[in-house]
Amino acid sequence: MNFKMAIKLAFKGIAGNKMRTFLTMLGVIIGVSAVIILVSIAQGTSEDITESIESMGTNLISVIVTGRGADTYLNYQDVQSIAGNYGVAGVAPVVSGNATVKYDNNTMDITLEGVDENYQAVRNHHVQSGRFISPLDVEYRQKVVLLGTEVVKEIFGLQNPVGRYIQVNGLKFKVIGVLEEKGSTMGRNNDEKILMPITTAQRFLKSAGIRNVYIQAESPELVNAVYAQVDSYLLKRFKNDEDAYRIFNQTEMLSTISEVTQSMSLMLGGIAAISLLVGGIGIMNIMLVSVTERTREIGIRKAIGAKRRDILTQFLIESAVISGIGGILGICFGLAGSAALSFVIGINTKTTFSILLLSLVFSVLVGMFFGMYPANKASKLKPVDALRFE
Amino acid sequence: MELKNVTKVYNTRAIQFEALKGVSLKVQKGEFVAIIGPSGSGKSTLMNILGCLDIPTTGEYFFENVEISNYSEDQLAEIRNKKIGFVFQQYNLLPKLNAFENVELPLVYRGMDAGERKERVLQALESLGLSSRIYHKPAELSGGQQQRVAIARALVGDPLLILADEPTGNLDSKSGRDVLKILTELNKNGKTVLLITHDMDVANTASRVISIQDGLII
Repeated sequence: MNFKMAIKLAFKGIAGNKMRTFLTMLGVIIGVSAVIILVSIAQGTSEDITESIESMGTNLISVIVTGRGADTYLNYQDVQSIAGNYGVAGVAPVVSGNATVKYDNNTMDITLEGVDENYQAVRNHHVQSGRFISPLDVEYRQKVVLLGTEVVKEIFGLQNPVGRYIQVNGLKFKVIGVLEEKGSTMGRNNDEKILMPITTAQRFLKSAGIRNVYIQAESPELVNAVYAQVDSYLLKRFKNDEDAYRIFNQTEMLSTISEVTQSMSLMLGGIAAISLLVGGIGIMNIMLVSVTERTREIGIRKAIGAKRRDILTQFLIESAVISGIGGILGICFGLAGSAALSFVIGINTKTTFSILLLSLVFSVLVGMFFGMYPANKASKLKPVDALRFE
Repeated sequence: MELKNVTKVYNTRAIQFEALKGVSLKVQKGEFVAIIGPSGSGKSTLMNILGCLDIPTTGEYFFENVEISNYSEDQLAEIRNKKIGFVFQQYNLLPKLNAFENVELPLVYRGMDAGERKERVLQALESLGLSSRIYHKPAELSGGQQQRVAIARALVGDPLLILADEPTGNLDSKSGRDVLKILTELNKNGKTVLLITHDMDVANTASRVISIQDGLII
């Protein structure tokens, strides 16, 4: 018997018992959509985290100095020697503190960072209007500031701040630009800060020390090399005190996170797959009922010349079709469910084609696996016994 | 075809029942033979063995001079498919398929391609006067029509042997006579026909009558 005919027969068998078939399919539908929704959530979350880390800049290494005894800062020479290392694309030193900004009668407490012109490339944080801090601003300690979007919203409202003057702790600064919106990373809001030239900030904060340095490597392959050089320089600088500074390797962090989220999706997918397995048992159950109900049909088919294999394929295809249709419906519900989740609750979900394909294939395999036993039972019926069955 | 000293024993949990106690019989090609006997006489068992639906416990069965009593299930299926056409008392049509699909089924299992199948099915249905009922389901047909569909299904594979098990049992007398007339017609066209019945009037349609009682031919 050919395959097309067998599929046609399977659909006929299924159409005869719509409600029952649907209930059987429900197990598969729920299983498949659960797999898709949970894996989509896991992948969406992983994408979110990766994106927010990458938004800090690419190939980034960051140094935080805690200090050794009285020696708690780096100076500009240290920064220059780090910049001279092999594979370094850029170095951005940062001094930071807190301040209050005021425009008209609006005030806001913000984080202040003193930076130089390298900052925008290294941290991948550019201006949306106006200009960035230039080397001349740094050299002449210009009293200019860049504002984060939250700051603009808070003290300027809808006005364009570029070219206007604000007061920072009572001193007058000119606004030269507005930073791009960044959102928050790791619980820190990047839009509630202002930037000013590093030299200005050192004087303003009455502190010459640099506690943060961001270093960008030329390529992902060079990140580890740069890391090692920076580490050995700082170790020498702080006289072998490893606790005087901390270095974060962004690439390493990313791979750790992707490992964690990978196992998270695997675990969630695995749990959901169990429900698919339960759906498979439902198929087996209903196919067994079906074989008993159709004993006479099997007898007739055998009497007119169906071989064991013909009956076997007929029932196998039938269970594969049930689980296959269930799988397709499950994919639809899974896609709709993930879309609804991200729409209603706002979690980012990401459904890849491979997970759709995988869950469909898996559901068909489950159907065939659990259909095997009933189909085999049907094919083994003796024609005489089957014909006598009422 | 020839049976030599065939017995059939059914083993149930409690008792051993000997349905055939050594039956020998020979049917020539082109014969019209009726096997008659009361219920419980073993005639159904005999028909199952003759129709290759079952195998004898002991004895030999020559079908076209080939001994087939130890053929495998699939080999027997092939003989049933190609050489034997069945007509049952309860018609045994598949209720979900229409007349065309029911008649087509033996050819599907034979692996014939769709074009040839269609031609032969339409021809068989036409020869039984069912051209206007092709797409009707069994439930939409009268008993006589259903039995004619069943005969068309038996014929479509061009078998050597037509095995009719009480073909008139569920029919009114007119439809019954029609079915017997069709069988006689088929016999005239060269088919071997085996008619199993308990009704002497029906059996007399055949050219030879074999009586069976208590598992033995008398």
